[in-house]
This record gives sequence, structure tokens and C-alpha cells, in this order.
Amino acid sequence: MKRLFLAGLAVLMTCTVALSQGAPMQDILQAHSALITKSSRTTISPAIAAISNSGLTQAQDILQAWQSKDIWQRRSDGLFFRAEETDSGSYQLFDPDTGKIIGEAAKSDLRQLKPNSGVRALIGTALVQFQLKDNDPARRLAALTSIERNPSSDSLLPLRASIDMEPDADLKAKKRRAERLLTIAYDTDEAARVAAIAEMSGDLGVDVRATLNPLLQTRTQVFAGVAPDGLNIARVLVPGKDIASQEAYRLLIASNLAPARIDQAEILATLSDHISDGKVGGIAVEDLNQPEARDRAYAALVSQGLARATPTGAEIEAQLAAHQIVEVYSEPSPVVTSAASEALEAILVNVGVNQTLDLILDGLSLASIYFLAAIGLAITFGVMGVINMAHGEFIMMGAYTGYVVQQIIPNHTVSILVAIPLAFAVTFAAGVAMERLVIRWLYNRPLETLLATFGISIALQQLAKNIFGTQARPLTSPAWLDGAWVLNDVVSISYIRIAIFILALIFLGVFLFIMRRTRLGLETRAVTQNPRMAASMGINPNRVNMLTFGLGSGIAGVAGVAIGLFAKVTSELGSDYIVQSFMTVVVGGVGNIWGTLAGAAMIGFLQKGIEWFNPSNTLAAQTFMIIFIIIFIQFRPRGIIALKGRAAGD
Amino acid sequence: MKNSFLMRNPSTLIFLTALAAFTIVVTLLSEAFGLGLISTSFVKTLGKTLCLGLVAVAMDLVWGYAGILSLGHFAFFGLGGYMIGMWLMYERTRDIVISSMADAPIPPTTDEITDAIGHQIFGVVGSSEFPLIWAFADSLTLQLVLVVVVPGALAFVFGWLAFRSRVAGVYLSILTQAMTLALSFYLFQNDSGLRGNNGLSGLQNLPGLEAVPQEVVSIWFLWASALALGLGYLLAAWIVSGKFGSVIRGIRDDEARVRFLGYSVEGYKLALFTLTACIAGIAGALYYPQAGIINPAEIAPIASIYLAVWVAIGGRGRLYGAVVGAGFVSLVSSWFTGGQAPDIPLGFYTIKWVDWWLIVLGLSFVLVTLFAPKGIAGLFDLVSDRKWPNRHGADLGPDAGALREREASE
Amino acid sequence: MKFLDFTLAGTIAFAGLAAPAFAVDCPIKVGVLHSLSGTMAISETTLKDTMVMLIEQQNAKGGVLGCELEAVVVDPASDWPLFAEKARELLSVHDVDVIFGNWTSVSRKSVLPVIEELNGLLFYPVQYEGEESSKNVFYTGAAPNQQAIPATDYFIDELGVEKFALLGTDYVYPRTTNNILASYLKSKGVSDDDIFVNYTPFGHSDWSKIVADVVALGADGKKVGVISTINGDANIGFYKELAAAGISADDIPVVAFSVGEEELSGLDTSNLVGHLAAWNYFQSAESEANTAFIKAWKTKMGEDRVTNDPMEAHYIGFNMWVNAATAAGSADVDAVRTAMYGQEFPNLTGGTAVMLANHHLAKPVLIGEIQADGQFDIISQTTEVPGDAWTDFLPESAVLVSDWKDLGCGMYNTETKTCVQTLSNY
Repeated sequence: MKRLFLAGLAVLMTCTVALSQGAPMQDILQAHSALITKSSRTTISPAIAAISNSGLTQAQDILQAWQSKDIWQRRSDGLFFRAEETDSGSYQLFDPDTGKIIGEAAKSDLRQLKPNSGVRALIGTALVQFQLKDNDPARRLAALTSIERNPSSDSLLPLRASIDMEPDADLKAKKRRAERLLTIAYDTDEAARVAAIAEMSGDLGVDVRATLNPLLQTRTQVFAGVAPDGLNIARVLVPGKDIASQEAYRLLIASNLAPARIDQAEILATLSDHISDGKVGGIAVEDLNQPEARDRAYAALVSQGLARATPTGAEIEAQLAAHQIVEVYSEPSPVVTSAASEALEAILVNVGVNQTLDLILDGLSLASIYFLAAIGLAITFGVMGVINMAHGEFIMMGAYTGYVVQQIIPNHTVSILVAIPLAFAVTFAAGVAMERLVIRWLYNRPLETLLATFGISIALQQLAKNIFGTQARPLTSPAWLDGAWVLNDVVSISYIRIAIFILALIFLGVFLFIMRRTRLGLETRAVTQNPRMAASMGINPNRVNMLTFGLGSGIAGVAGVAIGLFAKVTSELGSDYIVQSFMTVVVGGVGNIWGTLAGAAMIGFLQKGIEWFNPSNTLAAQTFMIIFIIIFIQFRPRGIIALKGRAAGD
Repeated sequence: MKNSFLMRNPSTLIFLTALAAFTIVVTLLSEAFGLGLISTSFVKTLGKTLCLGLVAVAMDLVWGYAGILSLGHFAFFGLGGYMIGMWLMYERTRDIVISSMADAPIPPTTDEITDAIGHQIFGVVGSSEFPLIWAFADSLTLQLVLVVVVPGALAFVFGWLAFRSRVAGVYLSILTQAMTLALSFYLFQNDSGLRGNNGLSGLQNLPGLEAVPQEVVSIWFLWASALALGLGYLLAAWIVSGKFGSVIRGIRDDEARVRFLGYSVEGYKLALFTLTACIAGIAGALYYPQAGIINPAEIAPIASIYLAVWVAIGGRGRLYGAVVGAGFVSLVSSWFTGGQAPDIPLGFYTIKWVDWWLIVLGLSFVLVTLFAPKGIAGLFDLVSDRKWPNRHGADLGPDAGALREREASE
Repeated sequence: MKFLDFTLAGTIAFAGLAAPAFAVDCPIKVGVLHSLSGTMAISETTLKDTMVMLIEQQNAKGGVLGCELEAVVVDPASDWPLFAEKARELLSVHDVDVIFGNWTSVSRKSVLPVIEELNGLLFYPVQYEGEESSKNVFYTGAAPNQQAIPATDYFIDELGVEKFALLGTDYVYPRTTNNILASYLKSKGVSDDDIFVNYTPFGHSDWSKIVADVVALGADGKKVGVISTINGDANIGFYKELAAAGISADDIPVVAFSVGEEELSGLDTSNLVGHLAAWNYFQSAESEANTAFIKAWKTKMGEDRVTNDPMEAHYIGFNMWVNAATAAGSADVDAVRTAMYGQEFPNLTGGTAVMLANHHLAKPVLIGEIQADGQFDIISQTTEVPGDAWTDFLPESAVLVSDWKDLGCGMYNTETKTCVQTLSNY
């Protein structure tokens, strides 16, 4: 019926549209015009099939153009064209059959075909037969990707046939792999499938598991008596052991093999249906607010034959005993299923190992982020003992510096290279200014430093809002930091995180170098231990304090650029990290960079570990992490690595 | 006894008189009982401010007198609010449920009522089971007890752990901050059973008193808050004026010396920390029915830092300073952010107070810390001509106030 | 406290002097209750500016009922209790006739009791979780059946998704929406194992583990799709991690309910092309009204500013209110509310929005693919879908309807034929 209608429509179109004389592709498009413009995955198939099976040479081009949203429909006569935007903003139209330019049209006269991702995938599948042997390796890759995304039995033979002719070694390997997977899923030869399974076992790819798992898919079935032979049974479910009796009985009910139990709602409905003279089953309605009374009333109704009795425990037991519940593989071949389950088991062990590895990488990455955020604090708080609540805002200033630089220098690589020293300079200056103006007056009053710097913190945060607005600002990483280092389908880590990790290592090195190998470091340590003695040795404590504080702030600024690259740049960026940073320093042990490192590692790994236990609630992981830290500090009040002796100060 | 106590502490008498006068004036100017010059929303603001004053007194006790800079007292404040909020919500919902079920042909069982209440309260956050912590929500008495007990118990456990391992100074501050953060994270989770981010709302509607207009309810709460503040102030003043007060001041100034003198420093600290947590809980229980909603954002670390800010600006180490600071800063804040302060056009740029108020607050806070460590209450010294001991050099401020000059300059 | 009285007295005196011979007090005051500071300022400031712009435009057209409109802007500072306080202030001190405001659900729940007590009128412009219908609130944003359900249908029908990852920020909108979706998916035959749910805190930035979890979902050979109710800033980190992991929209499509043009302006979208969002409005919608609206907005706020769905909701809500007040001949809350039912106004995407008796709008649902320029390419547009206050996909809510016009009840149980409550239980 539908086909007839479409054919009629096609005839109509060919009659009315003069241009389409001798234009077979335009005719096909017009014949399916309604479907094409509706563009729904559920209905589009006939249109795609008509084009791809037309045998026309232009079919591939049209499908590709359609897939890349380059086909437009002229509003005036409904004809389809491939269109390209010209410099002047109008569109050049290409005839779908001849491929020649036939004119220009304004955008308002055209309507673009926007196939959605589902439709594009169907077009891609249809394109496979053309593209597998295309001369352009990019097209062959596209065909292969399309097969991988939507494997189908149709693709197996063309794919197999194309492998030998494949000149590109990389693509050839990919094709072979895809062929193996298709063999497992769709080949008719059992031995070939088992062989393919054996070949792929141990492979970590998600696609391998995605091929094997459907083979092992089961459905639960209930049979009166014993399950018939000839089924590929995965296992028999024994009620009370493999499956709760309640659940087993529910399955019986669902298969219409046993009478349903009666639930509270039904009891209530039955009771209210049988109210007479303010009584139900001889019990007054006002007494029915007791569950026992309701049961009695219902029992009375049952005995009067006014209601259905609920099956008793014994009846349920008997019913369960009379039935067998089995899980049946949808794959009929037992040889294949057992091979698949063996292979999958081997893979899952491997996956488990790799997941642990991935978790460690994630933990390492989070630890390096915390370390980076806290290292500046390790200097100002750890070495100088100054509580700087505005530390988070220095991180934010660094991130905004990165943003501003990127506005001026569009090249992302150059802009990052400029932004890092500039962020250091900006926050160094801010740190020095703050030390000179505020903190140095408060060296004897640590708690007041906390409050004063908090005042600066809220002022800076609001200032950033006033200048940059409340919207998050983009800070884009250079292209070479896009993507991820992929070890296999389970273990991968994005390059930006690796970069942050390396940056953290560099800063660790810089810190150690400055503190141990330079004059400033020596002086800082001297001033920290005994300012008066240091002063009498000719060290200017004021200058040292100023520079040390500037250094810590400057490092915070650089950390800001890194954090902005991987997360977001907002005025609240800093306050997200401030409490965690302090805890990192405190947990690790104040005054020791290795302690900060240990603290960051502990917090990072701990958080990832808890997340692994409870993957659906990240907030819980953070809560438990903090509680753990609070308890940890009770037992090691001076942190993981505590300074001993005189260096510990107080 | 009481008389002599008040005589020894004239500031307490003055404060209580001023508080009483304030309450009477507000009542007389309110819409419910008087001239109607003060709107109900402002009466509520004033009532809430009194509660903030009470928690500030608690903060002053623990920080100004004992030197423990707790950045977690708003957690106790919030917990108090949650405890009373649970009852308010449960009871109000119960009334609704019972009246809507009254027409059902079969009278509902107790379980069905509880289930329906559970669904009404938790349906909005996607569950309907009553969590265990709501076990006492049907009893006002028990929830009122919990208002004091829950914050107190949390403070006791936390304080016991912290003081026992001699965590002090800034470490303790950061630890208390971590505690608030953990608590707010916990409450943010839906699974915690206190409606997650939505918190408990509609608390201004007292169950059973729907007929009483909010104008009247707001005055009741103003009185209750004033009474609580008065009593709390009296208690605090009594504590700091006695031996206990001397010991905790001693702890603030030199913990080690007090310990060597044979006092159980940990015991004193723990007692004070727990007591102030209870006071904060009571303040919270009075505050949130006036605010109308409590949710985890109230407990975020920033709230507790603001509490410290109020006390510092008001002048710590004296109780009226804390109250004045809390009142002054929170009222001025709401004036500036409320859009009532006129913009200042500078020609090239217009200063909008909504945007600039936080900057002014932050900087003025720095200035107070640097140049007026005694805060607003320092101004009262000018009036009362109260003098610090004659020393060389600058006034050392409350933190180092008890040190001798030589020690302080180290 | 004095200043309040002065302002109040001053305004009353002024209003008395300026009042012409109309039944309404001039000027008509319009309250704008959007956070201008704090965490929500990022989204809400835009809406405040939209309201100011709409009011200016209306005044240029001669106001309403012969009166000038006066915007009373207050700042609830992203502080939920402050929303209640400011709402009370707007209604009792400033005597506003209508309030346009709120973004988060919790702020709406906070003002509800005040609005109901003082019989105010609130227009709420943001997509929300439903399960609420107040006599005093008009919900001009999308209910779940106007955004989440059609988007899920699109996932199932058009993209062939079989396995769902519901990722959300841990607050009420994602919780309830995901609840409704889980129940809806089960009714569509999706099993429990094929629904993965995760909640993250506000502003979450460490997404590597969660993205890896989502990728791993593909291991059983089903097509995976992500339904994201992640809020605000957290999206930036999420999409960055998604792009870094090289997940193309063709492999694992992501449809977001809280990501619009405004949120995308905070990141580079070249790696996100093809991921989806579902709204009732996109800036890229082609209609004359939209072109004019965008032009006015850019003229007022700057070329780089974008328009978004809640802005359109305010646009429709405000114009409907103007028309209703004109029709009622008064700005009185009850008169306007009665006149609101059945109000029609052309929406910016081409069709016509209708105000229903349940205080929700009938609006079309649009699905857009993210483009490299941070705009959306509209690939699907339904006809107008009537908003449903109580979802049909949760058993307890399926029996409830809201009808303020005929039944006069926002929570009417169709089984027991009783009105459960007329005031909201927040």
C-alpha cells in the first residue's frame, strides 16, 4: 500500500516537474521526498535503499552529500540539490544527476536537509558497499567505522572480500579485526566462530566484549514440569537458592502459570466495594484503621464468596515445585556459548587488572591536581606559617590571566607559553603587595591573618565577577594537548592530565632547588627557624618574607592556568580548591614538601578508591574522604611526615 | 545573687535593657500590634538578626574568650534548624494528609498515614521511605530535645577527638572547617534523608496555627529570639565572669601555663565547645522557622567564616561586641545587596552596590583587622573611658592582649 | 529600618500623585526576583536583563492599561532563605503586581509559601522537575514531559540507544527527572541493568572516572546514550573530558537538559559537534519574532551575547501577563490569573504557546545538535506539547491532575475524585 502510494507520488512528481526529465537520481529523491524531508530513522530506510540500490553512479556522491548535510531542497519546486555556500552568502546549486552547477539561490529560498545522527548512521551503512573499495583511504576508514558502529550480517562478506585488496597496512589490520568480530557474531559456520572467539580472547577492546556479551545473553523462562530438550540452557534457577521465592512466584504469575497474589490496594478496593450499613464483613468501617481488622474483614468476604482468596504459602511452594525456572541463551549453539563464556572470563580478569591500573592513573592525576593547587600553600603556610585564605583567589587570578592572554594571542600554544610566566608574574606581584600591605603587620597574630586574608579573598572574588562577569570563560588547551593517551580500551588518560602531572613534578623540582640550592632558600629556612638570629646574620627578614610569599603566590598562579585548562575559569574556581588545598598541606605535614606530596597522593587515591566502591554517588566519596581526613588528623595531628625536634617550631 | 552579678557587670544590665527596649519598640511599630511602620519582612529580618546575635555570642565565647577559632559553628546552628524543621514539616504534612484522607471510604491505618506523609515529604526528591533519622519527627518534645542534643553531641565527639590529640590554633580552624564541609556535603546527598539540596521548606507555617497571620507569628518569633538572646547573653556573661571564665581566658593566652598549673585544659575546652554548640543549635532552631527554609547551603564553610567576621568586626572578647557585630554587618549587608542603596554615578562608571558591596566588606574587614582589632566595640571604650594597661607601643589586640610586651613582640 | 519606611511612604505618596483616572494604581510594579550575585548569578543575571529589556519595550509601546511599568529589581544573592525574604518584601513593601523570578527549584520552593500566603503571582521561567502546581505560580519553563520525555523518545527511536547513563548534579531537578525517566524507560522495556545513574556535586570538575564508566557500559554490545542533567559550570569539565576521551556523538550521544547557548559560550565546542540538547527554544530558531528579539538583545547587551530558553520563557510569560492584564482591565492578581487561562502568544520558534489550566504552557520541543560555533542546529521539532504538572510515569503522580480553572485544585486525585490540597506542600 505504502509502496503503491510512493510509486504514485513518484509518477506525479515526474509528470509535474519538467526539470526531472531524464534525471533518475532527482526522480528517486522526489519519489521519496516525504520520507527524506521527515528524516526519521524509523521511516527513512526505503529512501536510502532506493538510492543505494539504484545502480546509479551518482548514488555514492548523493549519499555522502546527504550525510554531511550538503543536500538542500528548493522551497519553490521541492527539488533537491547539493549546495555549497559561496563567499557572498548565497548558495551554489549542483544537479544531483550531472553534478553540474545549475544556478544560485539565496538561503531563504532553500531548506537544508538535516539528517540526525541515527539517519546518518543508516546512510553510512548503505555507503559501506561503495566505500569499502574506494580509492580514498579516508572513505574506506569511514566505511569501516560504520561497520564497527552498526555491525550487520550484510557487511561480513563484502568486508571479507575487501581485506586482501587493502593496500594500507593499518587499515588492513583494522579490517581484519572487524572481520573477526563479524565472524563471531554472524558467521553461519560454528567452527569458524569458535576459532574467531579463540583468536580474540584476551583482547581488551570494548568491541570484543560488545560482540561476546550478546552471545551470552539469557532470558528467564518458566516451564510447567521440566524444561524441554533442545534449549541452550545457561542454568536452572532453584527458588529460595538462586532466586528468591517471591521473585520466582512473580515469574510464574507473569507467565500466567499461577494465580496472582492479592495486594493491599486490591484488598482496600474490595473492602470499600462491600461497605453496607457502615460495616464490611461484619466489622465496623471505623475499626478498619487496624491492619488486623482489615484482614479479618477480608477473610469474612472471602468466606462469603465475595472476594478472591490469596494463595497461601503452601500453595505457592507447591506451585514452585511443579515448575522449573531456567535461564536460556538466545544463542542456540552450546559450543559457541561455552567458547564465548570462557573467552569472556579470561577477558574480564584482564579487564579487572587494567581497571585497577586506570584507577591508579586517575588517582595519580587527581593527586597531581591537588598537589599543584597546594604547593603554593606549602610555601606560604607550610614554610612561613601564614594562613592565606586568598590562596584560591591567586589560583583564580592565574586562570583569568591565561584567559586574557588567549584573547590577545589567538595561537593556543604560544598563548599558553606566554600565559604561564605572565600568570606567575601577576600573582607574584599580587602576593608581594598583599604581604607588604597586610600580612607583615600580622605575623604575630596567625588567626587574624586568616580573617584578613579571607576579607581579601571575598573582595578579589567579587572583583573578578565585576570584571569578567559571572559566566565561565573559555581557556582552551593547544591542539597537541587534546585527546588522550590510550593504552587500551580500559586504560587511558587525557594528555592535559599528563601535562598537569608533569607540571606538578617540575614544581616539585623547582621548590626543592630553590629551598636547598639557592641563597633565597637558605635565607627562607633561616628566617623561618629563627628570624632574630637570621637578622643578626645580615639577612633581611622583611625582604625574605616578601619574596617567599611572592613565590608561593606565583606558583598558585601557574597552577591556576593548568587547572583552568582542564576544568573551567570562573570566579569561584579558587574557592573550590581552598579547603582541599589546606587539608592536603595539613594531612601531609606542615613545613615539608614531601609531606604535601604524600598528602596529595593520599587524598587523591582515597577519593578515587571510595568513588570506585560507590560509583553512582561522587558526593559521598568527597564526604567520606573529608571525614577520613578529620579522623586521620586526630591520630597524626602533625600530618604524615611530621617535622621533629627544633625545626618543628613551637 | 543575681543582683550583685548584674552590678558587677554593668554592661550586661545595659545590654539587657537595650534588648528589651528594642523588642518593645519593634513590637509597637509592627504591623500586627502597633503602628505598622515596620513591615513583616523586616520584623522577620530583625528576629533573624537576634538569632545571629545569639550564635555570635556563642562564637565569641569560644573564640574571643577561649581562643578557639572555630570555623564550624554554623554547622551546629544549621543542625538545630534541621531538628526543628523536621518536626514542623512532619506535623504540617500530617495535617494535610489526614484531612485529604478523611474522605476515603475505609479509614487509613497508621502505616498508611506514615507512608503518605513520607511520600509527600520525600516524593519531591524521588523517594518515599522515611529514613531512620526521622524516627522522632512526630514528637515536638523530642525534636526540641534534639535541637540541643544533636549539635551538642557532634561538638562533643569532634571536640573530644580534636582536643585530646592537642590540635590547636589554625589547625583546629581548618579541621572545624573540614567538619562543616563534610556535614554540608553529607546533607547535600539525597540519600542522607533530609531532602538533599532542597532541604526542609515552608517552615514559617506553624502546624495547627495556620489561621494566625504571619504578621503575628513574626512578632512571636521576635520575642522568642529576644528572650533566647537575653538568656544566652546572661549565661555567657555569668560564665565569663566566674572562675571558669578566668581559666578559659588563661587557656587563650597561654595554654601550656594553664596546663602546668594543673587545670584540665582539654576538659575546659571541651565543655565550652559543647556548650556553645548547644547555644548555636538553639539559635538555629529559632532562626530557620523565620527564614522559612533550611538547606545544606546554609552550612557551607563560608557561613561560619562570616560568623567569625561578624564577631571580629563587632569586637571579640566582649559579648556585646559580638551581638553588635552580627547585627550591624548582617543588616548593612542586606541593605546594600537589597538594591536599596543608591548607585553612585562617577561619570565614566556607575558604582552599583550590588556588585561592589562584597569588595567594600572584604576590604573593610582587612582594615578592621589591621587598624581596629577591637572592632566596633572599641568605640564604646571611648565612651566608658576604659583603658588598657599602660604599655609602650601599640595596643596588642585581643589575641595577644594578655601577653607582656616582650613576649608579644617575639 | 527607617529607610524602609521612607521608601514605602515615598512610593505611596508618589503613586497617589501620579495616578491618572484609571482603576489601577500607576505605575504598575513588576518584581524581578533573580540572583545578581552568588553562584546562580551566572544564569539569573541574564534573565534580570531580559526582564528589564521587556519592560522597557512595553513602556515604549505605552505600558499596560495606560500605566508605565516599573521594574522593582531585588537581589536574593543565590541565598535560598533570602528568596523568601525578598519575595515578602516585594509583595508587602513594594506592592508589586507580579513577580518574574527564580531559577533553581529550591529557590522556588522557598518563595512558594510566601507567594501563596500573600496571594502574589510568580512567573517561573526555567525547565523543572514538575510534581508541583501552585495557584499563584505560572510555570513558563518546560515540565519533564516537554523536555526529558521527548528527548528520551528521540534517543530510543532516532538514535537506537538501548543503554542509558543518567548523569546529573545532585539536586532535586536531576533526581526527580531521572526518577521519572527510569520509570519511563522501564515502561519501554529497558531493564534495570541498562540504566546507569550517577550524581555529582555542583561544580564538579574531575570527570575522568565517570567518563570511563560510561565508555565501559558499551561492553555488552548495546548502544549507549547519556542523558545529562548536569548543571552549570560542571558541564565544562564534563564536556572537556568527553572531548579528550575522543567520544564522538555517533558513538555515545549526550543529550543535555541544562546546557544552552549561555553554557556553551564557556567552552570550545569544536570537539562536541553532534552532541545534543533538548529545549523549547534555541537561538538558531528561524522566525521573524526571534530575529527581532535577538537583535534587540544584542543591541542592549552587546554583540557577543546569546539568547536562551529561559529568556524565551520570560518573553512569553511577560507578554501573556500583559495581554491578560489588558483583557482583565486590571493588574489585580486574581483577575489576571483568571484571564491567563487560554492566553495565546506566538513563541519565538514559530508556533503558538497556550497557557493551560494547570498553569503550564503548551510549547514545542526542539532537539538541537551542538555546532562548532557554539550554536545549536535544530534537527527535530515537535508540535506543541501540553505541559503536565504531575507526571504520568510515576505511579503516585499518574493519578493526579492539576486544573485551576474548572476544578480549582492543583493536586486533584482522579481515582478518589478528591482534591488532595489547594496550597502547596513545598
